Formats: sequence, C-alpha cells, structure tokens
Amino acid sequence: MPTLVYVEDHEGEPVKGSLGVVAKASQLGDDVAAVLMGSGVESLAEAVGRHGASRVFVADDPALEAPLPQPRVDVLAKLVESEGFDTVLFGASVLAADVAAGLAARLDAGLNWDLVDLELRGGKLVGKRPALGDSVVAEVGWKSEPRLALIRSGTFEPLESGGSAEVTKVPVEVQDFSKQAVMVERAHEESQGPSIEDADVIVAGGRGLGQPENFSLVEDLAKALGGAVAATRAVVDAGWYPYATQVGQTGKTVSPKLYIACGISGAIQHKVGMQSSGVIVAINKDPNAPIFEYSDLGVVGDVHEVVPKLTELVKARKSS
Amino acid sequence: MKVAVCVKEVPDASAPKRLDPQTFRLDRSVAGALNDFDTHAIEEGLQLRDKGGEGEVVAVLMGPERAADSLRKALAIGADRAVHVSDEGLAGSDLVATSKALAKALERESADVILFGQQAADSDGAVLWAAVADRLRLPVISQAAGLEVRDGKVKVKRQTEYGYDVIEAPVPCVVAVSDAINEPRYPSLKGIMGAKKKPQETVSLADLGLSADEAGEDGSRTEVYALGNPPSRGDRERIEADGGSAAEKVVEYLAGRKLI
Repeated sequence: MPTLVYVEDHEGEPVKGSLGVVAKASQLGDDVAAVLMGSGVESLAEAVGRHGASRVFVADDPALEAPLPQPRVDVLAKLVESEGFDTVLFGASVLAADVAAGLAARLDAGLNWDLVDLELRGGKLVGKRPALGDSVVAEVGWKSEPRLALIRSGTFEPLESGGSAEVTKVPVEVQDFSKQAVMVERAHEESQGPSIEDADVIVAGGRGLGQPENFSLVEDLAKALGGAVAATRAVVDAGWYPYATQVGQTGKTVSPKLYIACGISGAIQHKVGMQSSGVIVAINKDPNAPIFEYSDLGVVGDVHEVVPKLTELVKARKSS
Repeated sequence: MKVAVCVKEVPDASAPKRLDPQTFRLDRSVAGALNDFDTHAIEEGLQLRDKGGEGEVVAVLMGPERAADSLRKALAIGADRAVHVSDEGLAGSDLVATSKALAKALERESADVILFGQQAADSDGAVLWAAVADRLRLPVISQAAGLEVRDGKVKVKRQTEYGYDVIEAPVPCVVAVSDAINEPRYPSLKGIMGAKKKPQETVSLADLGLSADEAGEDGSRTEVYALGNPPSRGDRERIEADGGSAAEKVVEYLAGRKLI
C-alpha cells in the first residue's frame, strides 16, 4: 500500500492534523511518503521526516505560495501517477477538502471524507465515517485505486519517531485554469494564543454567557489552563467572538484532551465539532441542555459563578 | 449575468433519519426538503442577478423524481428556471459520479457564476464544488462569506481556519458560499403561485451523453460495507450544586484524570 500523505503547512510549520495522519499511516505498517507544497517549504521536510515519513516530496514554487487548491491538484495528480501511489490521505481543512475533491475528479478516484479511523482488514483499507449527526458509524471503502481519504481534523495525534526522510524535489507545472484564482489578501490571525486545532485544552463559550464582555470569564479560565478559547456558531454569528475560534462548522472539528463548554446548550453542529475530545466538561444552568447528553462531567450551575471560581482554583493549584 | 445554483434535496430536518440497512444509503422515503445551506446560494444568485440588472438564475438539482418539490421551492424563492437531472441510473452516485453528471449539466448552461451551498445537510459533504470545477476546468473558491462581481471578476472573502482571505477570479467560475454570506429570503405567496409557471426541464443520463457505467453505483469509486454504533462516551457524571462547591468538584475530577 504505497501511501502518500498531503502535509499542509501554516506559518512555517507542518500542521498538526497532517502530521497526525502521517503517524496513523505509518502505524498501518508501510513506508509512508509525504508531500509538502508551497513556497519556501523545503525546510519543513526534516520535521515531517521526524514524524514518521520515510520519503518527503517537496513541491517548492512561488506558484504554490498562496493556500489555493487548484495548483496543488495539478502537482499532486502528476505525483500520484508517476510514483504509483495507491492511497492518498489528507487531514481535513478548508484547503485540503478542495484539494482532495479536485484530485478525485482529476483521477476519477474515490474520496471518502470525514473519517475518524482507518484500518486494514485482510489487506483491505476500511475507513470509519460517522453519519447522521454522529449517531451511526459507517464503514466505508474504495472500489478502485487510488483511494483518497479526508480525515476529520484532530483525529490522530502526531508522533515523533525521530526518523529522517529522503527528500525528493517535485517539478511544478500548473495548468492555466488553475492559475486564475488569485489571492489578493491573506488571512491574518484574529485570535490570540494557541489555535483551537492545536490546543490540548479548549474552553468554549456560548450564548449562556449572556453578553460578549463575559467572554473574559472563558479567556481567564483558558489562560489558567494554558488552553485556547473557542466559541459556538451562535456567538460568532452574533459578532461576539472571531470566526477563527468557531467550533462546529464544515471541516472544523477539534479534539483536545480536555474541552470545557461554558454556557453552551449543545446544538448538533457543535456536537459534531467537538465530541471527539478526550474529556468533555459542560457547565450550563439548564439541566435539560442537550450538551449534557455528550459530556463526561456535567455541571448544572450558573457559568458566571462556576467559571470564575474554577479559574481561581486552577490558578491556586498551579501556583502551589 | 447568468448564475447557475446547484441545489440538493435532503431529508426534512424534522423527519427521523435512517440509513437503509440493506443498501446503506440514506432512506429517502421520509419527507424531503431543499437543503438549507443551498438557500444561501440561491439568495446570493438572486442578488447577483438583480445587481447586474439583467440575466437569470438557473437552479440545477440532481436527484430522484420526487426531488422536483425542492426544485420548485428554489423557483418559488426566486430562481427563473430549473434543470432537474434525474435518472434511475444515477441512484447511489458518489462524488466521482455525481460531479461527472452535474458538470455535464452545467456545461450546457455556460453560466457566468456557478454557486453551491457550503455543505449537504444529509451527508455533511463539503467537496462537490471542487470536483465539479476540476471537470469544468474553471477556477473555484469555497467558503465565501462575501462575494462581489465587477468587471468580469469575482472577489470573494473566504473564511478559513485562520481568518479571512480575499481571492479574485475571472468569470466563469465556481463559488461555494458559506451560510454567513446572507440571510436567505423566504418564498412569497406570489413566488409560490408563480413557481409552477416557470420553465422546468428534466434531463436524463442520455441527454447528458453519459453511459450507465459512468453513473450511479457503477460509476462510483467508493462503497459502504456496514453500519455500526459510535463508541460510547462511557460513564457520565453530573454535579448539581451552587458555584463554590461545584467548581471544587470539577477541579477534583480533572486532577483525578491528570488533566490539571
């Protein structure tokens, strides 16, 4: 099963989600190759090797500088065909989903998305995909090669194997139609501190906080725990908190070790976005809030009282 | 300006959803509804048409016969014309097969802008536009939270994990809109009454020049083997207490699991 993992980068580092997929692919027992695409990304190859890839292909070209999908499809399609990869895996993101889907069309290759696990069963690759608001899990597969898969973000943890990769440069030829979309302004970070994709601890706030100013309660607790702040769809839409922190939108799922939901009732989109977290603690004054159905620890109480107290206790514990 | 909006019928949000234990396909015998996310694409299409002063909005739907109701809703909201890609041979189509049929249908339209909603409410799929764009060899921009068309160019504000990008592309192009882009209008009574009179066309595989092995299950590259239950979250605990002692119990709980 010659496998290629698409490794996305952001601000000079391979993203955690991609490295997690490299780790999973290595665990499935093969030599795993990875591909980096961008401008000035060659220096990231070493880090990818350290995380388990035995070969790293590098497509380093100004044409790939902007995080746009179509030039990447051009490069990837050639690479998959010339090297004969039968499996191509992606950690899901806004960019990766568009790259994977474009590649599926280009190669007439099957794409399964939103996978939360991969296993080999009698030599056959099987993926697991939650469906219907995660109430069932479908086992999915591929009828032909290459097999393409998008892994739900944050599903697999990266693993430093300490290895080093053989680095191969890949020629970059971009088709005319792929050059037509042009990035005129690149996103700048709106959020401070660790991003919610990478954080081990997330403290999230919802409508139950009452007003935007009360997000400071959530921020204080996140700071005390060394975690990131997240927000629900409802409060982002209401303009209380930046979009970059939103959990539960397409392709945006988080899976920290600890997720603390403050004043969040727990709509289905939110559930799908965070339920693969390690431990979920919910604080809400409504004992019937749906979030309690998928929390490990539910606190029925007023966030305005419980959260500051919790922050205080966590701080005291850390300083003792 | 001519805008094509790709829409889908999904099971009604209020209907209990199930997967057919034999085929593993979504049971579509329950009441269907126009995919909510697609109403944002329709709204954006209507705004583009109206700002441009002339042109039309064509709603394109692939789905079984009964999905015509959802297409009629798109007309009631304000689309000018409807194309229904419908053929028994299309049942069970995956991304590869669906994008092929839809691209063929869109090719016939030669729209300036092709719009999609941000995801399908039933499969949570958020990939179709990129596959369709690749087949049409057109530029694609997804997650559009803002869209302007000026001087033959679209300018899109794209939402990503990291904030907002601004991307430009010449028309014709494919844009998938986020549901943050607008507040969709509801169909008016006049719109509902008038929908039946608007032109509606049904297109078969043969009309699209596709053979049976390019569509449906035969044309698909993925399959579903089995359905199971998600892993249980295990034991849950609940604390019902006032501020002070509840916080102490949470700290105890977290410390016991070495989370702090």
